[in-house]
Amino acid sequence: MTNRRDALKCLGVGAGTLFTLSGGVFSAFDMAEARIEDVGTPLFLQISDTHIGFNKDANPDVIGTLNGTIDAINALPSPPAFALHTGDVTHLSKASEFETANQLLSRLKVSEMHVVPGEHDVTDGPGAEFFARFGKPSDNRGFYSFDAKGVHFVALVNVMNFKPNGLGALGEDQLAWLKDDLAGRSASQPVVVFAHMPLWTVYEPWGWGTGEGEQIAALLRRFGSVTVLNGHIHQIVQKVEGNILFHTARSTAYPQPAAGVGSGPGPLLVPAGQLPGMLGVTMAVPNRKRRLSLTDATLA
Amino acid sequence: MHSRLFAFVLLTISATGLHPVAAADISVNIKNFDYSPMELNIAPGTTVVWKNLDGEPHTIASVDGMFRSPALDQNDSYSFTFNRPGVFKYICSIHPKMKATITVK
Repeated sequence: MTNRRDALKCLGVGAGTLFTLSGGVFSAFDMAEARIEDVGTPLFLQISDTHIGFNKDANPDVIGTLNGTIDAINALPSPPAFALHTGDVTHLSKASEFETANQLLSRLKVSEMHVVPGEHDVTDGPGAEFFARFGKPSDNRGFYSFDAKGVHFVALVNVMNFKPNGLGALGEDQLAWLKDDLAGRSASQPVVVFAHMPLWTVYEPWGWGTGEGEQIAALLRRFGSVTVLNGHIHQIVQKVEGNILFHTARSTAYPQPAAGVGSGPGPLLVPAGQLPGMLGVTMAVPNRKRRLSLTDATLA
Repeated sequence: MHSRLFAFVLLTISATGLHPVAAADISVNIKNFDYSPMELNIAPGTTVVWKNLDGEPHTIASVDGMFRSPALDQNDSYSFTFNRPGVFKYICSIHPKMKATITVK
């Protein structure tokens, strides 16, 4: 226990990647030499896949790793203004798991947290437990938008309306709402879109994607700076397409195998010493040009 | 003696006609992100018991909404009794690539 606490004392960025936008295209820099203190003041933090309730070998102490993550974020010299949680707050959608998660996450020193559901949060179908706690900003629809520091944020739900091939989906109503929400906005306003499952196809055989991905991208292409943030796959995968950066975050609970490795997208058991380096969060820092840079920080 | 045996056979046939193979529950295992068996033919009145052997949770959710399990953790079970004939497709609502069918007739 002492060893684990020690291991979680600081957030390292050894395995992270820093993105900056220059000339309209994001470029990635190796962050091996960077220190989290030097990154600047994050506008927001992305936390994902906390899976409270999970207790198997891949991580018997998901509460401990979440607490370690929260302690490290709270210890930052300039903590982020707010947080996005990209879903799978709980493992089995149980009321008791949501209660525990809420208690733990309330320790984060952020002014607000915006939460979208993962499929593990809505296993009852309508997502009664999830929406009872997180439904208010969206009037229980799950999808909504808000503006902060000049950035337009869009929360989407792609886990309640699956396509027959297992890909996530928004459904017609939500897609129409998205089109409406983005219409008339200045193309120079930075946009951040977040949802649980990847909004582009990472790996179709495991359902790692969203059926309407192309339609969503088409609505975003005219903007000069777009950041699409997802969770679900418990590892960093990224893609740049024009002005759009697609990025998935690590989990704070357990890693998953790389696409197509093994029998399915379940918990990946790794040697205990390797676990902290495979768990973490993503932080977004505004840079000089009012663009966003992303930094992935692990618990190692 | 013969007539008694004959009566017994008749009774058995008649009972079978009303409730064919309804005696035992049928098991479906969930392992490596698959239902096994994926196709099942049963008689009305049969109870199907699903057991999740994966470390990842799964559900049993009928496409037409007739039955839906809570999320089953490893070694958790869920059962449902099929009383009316029909073809019932179901998926795992957490991993909707997982599909299977139960035919009741």
